[in-house]
This record gives sequence, C-alpha cells and structure tokens, in this order.
Amino acid sequence: MTDEDLSQYPLSLTGDDVPMVRFMRVTKSYGELVVLDSLDLDVAEGEMVAVIGPSGSGKTTVLRMLMTLERINRGVIYVDGQPLTHMAQNGSLAPANERYLRKMRANIGMCFQHFNLFPHMTALQNCMEAPIHVLGLSRDEARERALELLGLVGLDDKVDQHPARLSGGQQQRVAIARALAMRPKVMLFDEVTSALDPEVIGEVTSVIRKLVSEYNLTMLMVTHQMGFAKEISDRVCFFFDGKIEEQGPPDQLFGNPERDRTQQFLSAVLEAG
Amino acid sequence: MQWRWDFMWEVLPRLIVATGNTLLAAGIGYGIAVVLGLVLALAQRTPFKPLTMMVREVVEFIRSTPLVLQIFFVFYVGPQFGIRLAPWTAGMIAIGLHYASYLSEVYRGGLESVPKGQWEAATALNLSTARTYSRIIIPQALPPSLAGMGNYLVGIFKDTPMLSVIGVAELMHTANAIGSESYRFLEPYTMVGAIFLAISLPTAALIRSFEAWVRKKLGMTR
Repeated sequence: MTDEDLSQYPLSLTGDDVPMVRFMRVTKSYGELVVLDSLDLDVAEGEMVAVIGPSGSGKTTVLRMLMTLERINRGVIYVDGQPLTHMAQNGSLAPANERYLRKMRANIGMCFQHFNLFPHMTALQNCMEAPIHVLGLSRDEARERALELLGLVGLDDKVDQHPARLSGGQQQRVAIARALAMRPKVMLFDEVTSALDPEVIGEVTSVIRKLVSEYNLTMLMVTHQMGFAKEISDRVCFFFDGKIEEQGPPDQLFGNPERDRTQQFLSAVLEAG
Repeated sequence: MQWRWDFMWEVLPRLIVATGNTLLAAGIGYGIAVVLGLVLALAQRTPFKPLTMMVREVVEFIRSTPLVLQIFFVFYVGPQFGIRLAPWTAGMIAIGLHYASYLSEVYRGGLESVPKGQWEAATALNLSTARTYSRIIIPQALPPSLAGMGNYLVGIFKDTPMLSVIGVAELMHTANAIGSESYRFLEPYTMVGAIFLAISLPTAALIRSFEAWVRKKLGMTR
C-alpha cells in the first residue's frame, strides 16, 4: 500500500444506480512493472462482461484483484456498494483486514483456467466442503445443494468420482458447481476453456450460457474465445497495456471497432482462430 | 572365541524384553517428532518473519549437530540450570526434537509441492487458513512426505541405541550389560544386530505398501 490519500474515495456507494462491481482508479504493479494503470470499470448487477486482450494486458489481474488473490497498490474496489479492498475505519477508508476480506469475499466466486479442484475429494465433496465449513450448512443441506448444482452442470452420474477420473471439461464443470454452491453475487471466469481440448469446450460454454439465461448473476469472463464472448456478453472490454483501450456492446466492438489496436488485435486473433 | 548357542538362548529373553523398550523409545520419539515436526514446518510458513527465521535457525542447528551430543546436553547440562530429567524423559525430548527437525524438512518439501492453485481455490471459497491447511493442503502434502517419513521411522529406531549412553535400558544398553557381566560380547551384539534387522526390513516394506494405500485412499491414483 502507498501513502495515497484515501479520503477521495467514498465510504460506500449510494444512490439509484449502484453498480455490483466498481473499480475506482485501481493501480496494480509488480515493482517497476505497472500491470493495471488507474483502472475505472463498473459492472452492473446481472451484467455479463467479457474481458479480452493480448497476454500481459492485465486482464487476468482484474479478476484476481476482485477475488482478493492480489492486493492492489492504489484505488479502491467496491462490491455491491461496499468497499472490498478497504474498510471504513474512524470515518475514512483503511486497507481491509483479513476478517473484513473474508466477509466481503463471500460475494464473489471464481473459476480458474486449471480448475484447481481438490484432488483428494470427490466431485460431491469438492462442492460440499466450503458450504459446510464456511457457510455453516448442515451436511444434508450441503449435499442437497451440491447434488442440485452438479445436476445443473450435467454431472449427476459423476458425483462420487475424484477429479483424476474426470475429463478436463467435466472438471471445469465441477469447479463451476463448486463456486456456485457458495451462492456468490459475482462470478469470475478466468480463461476457463483455455486448458481444455477443443471437443469439450462446448460442455463448459453451454453451462455458462445456461447461467446467463437462467440466473441473475453478475459475471466477468476473461476469454480468448471471441465467438463465445460475442454471443454471450452484454459488453466487451478490450484491455491493452494495463488500460481499457476500448469497450462497448459486442456487436459494436467486434463489428466496428474504433481503435487501431482493437482492430489489430481482432484481426490477428481471427486470422489465427 | 567360539559361538555358544546355550549362552545365546540364556540371554535372549533379556534382549527380547529390552527390545520392547527399544520399540517404545522409537515409538514415543517418533510420535513427538511427527507432531513437533509439523509445528516446526508450519511455523516456517507464517507471514511473521522473525518467527520464521528463528525456527529456521533452530532446525538448522539441530540438524547440524550430533544426536548423541544433544542427548548428553539435555541430560547432563539441564540439571546445571535446575532442569533435572529422568533418562527416559531426557532421551525422548532429545531424540524427538532431533527427528522433528528432520521431519520438518520432509513436511516442508511436501507442503511446497502442493500447487499454488489449491491455495487460490481455497481463498476463492473463503476457507480459513487453518481449514485450508487441515483439509486441503496437508492431505495433499502427505503422500509425497510418506517416503521420507518412513525413512526417518527406520532411522529413529536405529538411533535408539544412543539412548544407552544416559542409561535408558534399551537393547544396546542391555547387550552392554550382559557383556560386562559375562565378558561375552559376540552373542549379545550379534543378536542385537539380528533383532534390528528383523524389525527394520519388514517395516520398510510395510511403509511402502502403506504409502500406496494412502494414495489410493485419497483418490490420487489414476
């Protein structure tokens, strides 16, 4: 943390139009390397935002900061109107302590590129662990919820399998069910199809499609699949060099990009794909 | 000097009784080492730097000095500071601490082998640090630690004769006593070697099958 004047940031967001997620002048750097430079980004409740951009553009860092896996250097992130990275203390904001982070983190769920399932637990146990030990659900309640969600992702017949016995697509679907079992308001998908074989990508995208159409979840998705981003998102953010270079509805950003860098990136990606 | 079967049969019961003490010493010492070793390993992973460095130095110090010195130290130097311990107590502390420092290194390797993504998934699910260790990290650190843990189980067993120097009546101490009473060392020492061999070899084999069983139990085989 720096000697930044935190009094410039509100203690909480109020009004009619409070976004589910707000990044306010957020800067993240590793030593000299600035990964994100004074980022401002709002995500409305129920909105699906696709984050695209070349590697090293800071797009994954956006999700990792929101999940509190990375500390930020400057700025404040708000979730559901409340500060996430900071907490109110004597009438002003101060860096959040672990206890506050744990409270706020409950709003957010995340799925990772490499699934990160617990290999020593079955699919069902993976989905029950946190609901029991974090939310305090009874074993039966947690089991019921986990079975329902594993059904939602189409894995009714795999609930007692360990991850090593599941395909990549199946593992990622368990990971989605595991995150949903915590009933987050915001779901983060970090390149969830990048480590998958082409023939199973569809299993995972169809689950995400289902979430978009049936649940009022707020979602941020970092992806390399332009077609999927175009089809499913309400808005696309193109990141370049730690900044949002361009953003807009998918039709506009993919069909008629304004900035040169966006055009270059899209033509390079479409050529390769 | 000739091997005397009758003498061997005569002293064997005493040696077998002493074997019980040897196994007890190895068992208690190992029990201390297994638990304390984990504490030492976890202490080196706290974000509190002074503690981490202090524990690191203590572990290095213990690993770099001879066990027999540590046994003498606890037993003979302790009383000069008013800490008087029975041979058994002093011996268990010394050998337990010694092997705890070795096991902490085994655990450290095991804990570090768990991918960072497991921590991130646990954080994303809001599991507490204690819960993450006990339910996610330690179960996965266990299988890669088992081979090292098994080696040190055999190791501590073979090091129990060092306790004879402060008068713990284990196998070596008993063999020495027999030798000095009868001036016959061939039979008791040979039997001590045979007994150690007879226990060490199957133990090592058992550890290997236990390791395979744990991996299977945790669903970590493909």
